[in-house]
Amino acid sequence: MADAHLSVFRGTPTTEGSFVEFDVPAEEGMVVLDALHWIQANEAPDLAVRWNCKAAKCGSCSAEVNGRPSLTCKTRLSDFEEGETITVEPMRAFPLIRDLVTDVSWNYEVNRSIPPFQPPANQPQETWRWQQEDIERVQEFRKCIECFLCQDVCHVLRNHETEQPFMGPRFLVRSAGLEMHPIDTADRTQHLKDEGGIGYCNITKCCTEVCPEHIKITDNAIIPLKERVADRYYDPIQIAWRKLRGRDKPAGGGDQA
Amino acid sequence: MNDAFERHPHDVLVIGAGGAGLRAAIEAADRGASVGLVCKSLLGKAHTVMAEGGVAAALGHVAPDDSWQVHFRDTMVGGKLLNNPRMAELHAKEAPDRVRELEAWGAVFDRTRDGRILQRPFGGHTHPRLAHVGDRTGLEMIRTLQDRAVAAGIAVYMECTVTHLLTRPDRVKGAFGYWRTSGRPVVFPAKAIVLATGGIGRAYKVTSNSWEYSGDGQALAYLAGAELIDMEFVQFHPTGMVWPPGVRGLLVTEAVRGEGGILRNKDGERFMWRYLPEDRRNEYAATDDEASRWVDAQSAGGTTDARRPPELSTRDNVSRAIYTEVREGRGSPHGGVFLDISYLPADHVRRKLPSMYEQFKELADVDITAGPMEVGPTTHYMMGGIRVDAETGATTRPGLFAAGEVAAGMHGANRLGGNSLSDLLVFGQRTGAGAADYAATQTDTPYVDPKGVQDAAAELDAAFDDGAAPGAENPYRLHEELQATMGSLVGIFRTEADLDEAIDKLGELRRRAASARVGGGRAYNPAWGLVFELRNMIVVSEAIARSARERRESRGAHSRIDFPDPDTAWSSKNNVIRYADDAMQVETTALPGLTKDLRQLISTETSHG
Repeated sequence: MADAHLSVFRGTPTTEGSFVEFDVPAEEGMVVLDALHWIQANEAPDLAVRWNCKAAKCGSCSAEVNGRPSLTCKTRLSDFEEGETITVEPMRAFPLIRDLVTDVSWNYEVNRSIPPFQPPANQPQETWRWQQEDIERVQEFRKCIECFLCQDVCHVLRNHETEQPFMGPRFLVRSAGLEMHPIDTADRTQHLKDEGGIGYCNITKCCTEVCPEHIKITDNAIIPLKERVADRYYDPIQIAWRKLRGRDKPAGGGDQA
Repeated sequence: MNDAFERHPHDVLVIGAGGAGLRAAIEAADRGASVGLVCKSLLGKAHTVMAEGGVAAALGHVAPDDSWQVHFRDTMVGGKLLNNPRMAELHAKEAPDRVRELEAWGAVFDRTRDGRILQRPFGGHTHPRLAHVGDRTGLEMIRTLQDRAVAAGIAVYMECTVTHLLTRPDRVKGAFGYWRTSGRPVVFPAKAIVLATGGIGRAYKVTSNSWEYSGDGQALAYLAGAELIDMEFVQFHPTGMVWPPGVRGLLVTEAVRGEGGILRNKDGERFMWRYLPEDRRNEYAATDDEASRWVDAQSAGGTTDARRPPELSTRDNVSRAIYTEVREGRGSPHGGVFLDISYLPADHVRRKLPSMYEQFKELADVDITAGPMEVGPTTHYMMGGIRVDAETGATTRPGLFAAGEVAAGMHGANRLGGNSLSDLLVFGQRTGAGAADYAATQTDTPYVDPKGVQDAAAELDAAFDDGAAPGAENPYRLHEELQATMGSLVGIFRTEADLDEAIDKLGELRRRAASARVGGGRAYNPAWGLVFELRNMIVVSEAIARSARERRESRGAHSRIDFPDPDTAWSSKNNVIRYADDAMQVETTALPGLTKDLRQLISTETSHG
């Protein structure tokens, strides 16, 4: 096979970064992350790359390859034309640490703010019985490997379109996984509306397009959550009904998906 | 001088944030300890996410006959009776509670028809026993534990590498490391330390393990004076991907065989029939037809009197079988054998093995619902490691504890699939308790010796090339040489001559690694990190080679061409590795004895296998 031509971003927060060209001997089945490892071992030992499993299971090696947010361990060199330059740069939605590594700690802060799983106090675990078809939607959300590509591509976060907090697709998916859990009793509707800023999502579905786990983020997670928030805060009939019934939490379960 | 460094004192410091580290941290925090959790990567990326098939626990949801006694027996027989029997007993008894606890913390396992946690069959397990979520069970487990730890308010130090344990003459008092993102040093004074750093796979080229698995915990413990045992037992998983080259070694879950996957050589022969150990043959189907009835029953979620297929033999045995088929010229085009699940309905395969389907489609252009995979053995798991007390996870060094893959004893000479995730939970919990209870007895103020900190910091600085280091070594080249040595001389089949050569070569690498030098800055410099990981990998590699040379027999994962049979003289002995007189010492000691009750559980078994 011919050499692959890579153009890799190198830089630090305090220096002006630049793209450095590398010719990498390509082998059959090689992925972009393999090429980056070859560069480390042979050309640039200190090239900063974040990675772990190299099997698309840990979500560490996220970067933008020819402008597309991608897992570099899953992006094959053979996906590009022979002779085409493959440009690799860090995720642009997050502050740079060095080269291809960004500071994603903001995501961990957002995650901490989400009310945790809360099983019912009055239902002993021995009695829990869930049908497989009833948990498949929650399992879809729990497939998330936290690569943060959806956060990277989301224009609200990427372009800082709001001064208000917005948790981004990843944490809307996590919230959906909790909200639609068959026995969770916590109420995250207010959190989704205020700290979560769910209203800022305008359903462009870019997140769904880049998800390596093929989670239907917009259709299956965000839209049903938006409906819950709308029902609670903006639907006069629901508000009146709840006042009459004297209950505050919308009917739970995965049925609204 | 000590105060010049950033310090984070804790009662209990847990190093490693996979399943064992997270479970230990949660337990220690629940007991009121101030807990710090240090991980080399981001939280939630540890190797546990790669575990696929499931967590073994005798819940009895699919096979009501299952019990802790049967699980105990399977574990001991799979480990060729070299396991620490007390650990195997605690593990079998407590695994069901630990799995139910995960569910109570939010894990969503696949379900049986009556709505309970579903269990799948795996090699060496008498009954379907593995609670699972498709083939991404490890991700489910780590995310559940991570959420629980975050909700408990545990301090997490991400992307931080520990390079030294700080000791006072009689006990461990803290840890020294650096932030990977900045390269700045950091000190963690602690009353108790739990090592939960995982395995050693990166010492080999063909491995299912990530870069993090560089034997850090084993080496830190060894250098701090704790003992290692069973280091000769490295598990080569039978089914790793063999093609394309970039993914060679990547794991193909045993769940493929658990769901009915058939192994064939290039002649189409189902060769596992020829490799079943004689004394266990009656546990396996006698014919293709019986094996196929077993698969049909599993797929339909029913029970059957048919026995399990020969592909579900223990991992050590299947690995040797595949290796032998390839060596004798009956391998597949890319040097493996064929693993076929495509005879089952495509939608069933996609539902049961979603990430395997994706992995082969995306990385190898193979549709596993339409044709066979090519697979071969890959370095997967370390049965050996730090010697621990079964009840508390205490090592032989006061103040130092260990849990999970880095600890040893639970799995003996060969680990059964599914017993790793349950090991992490059971001994993570016990070790978190052990460390917190120990810390509560330590009333003196945290103190770390300034000299130890300065020496550790000087070692960090020394790795940078200042232009005055003639004969400086490139850490990447040393790593390649190490992997080549371990792969060719300390692999699946071993001989005295090869092991002697390996030990010489490892000694040479150890000397050269002291001259490893790197350029560039401190922030996120992978070459710099490799310098310390190399030190650790060379320690564990030498321990593997020396233990393997000592054990002049074949047992479990340790196969000697020059001593091809098990030797009863070795059936109740562990090799112990310790650091003394500035050198690595090997000593052979007696295995902890079985109580009468436990002996009865396995009385019908022999020590062969």
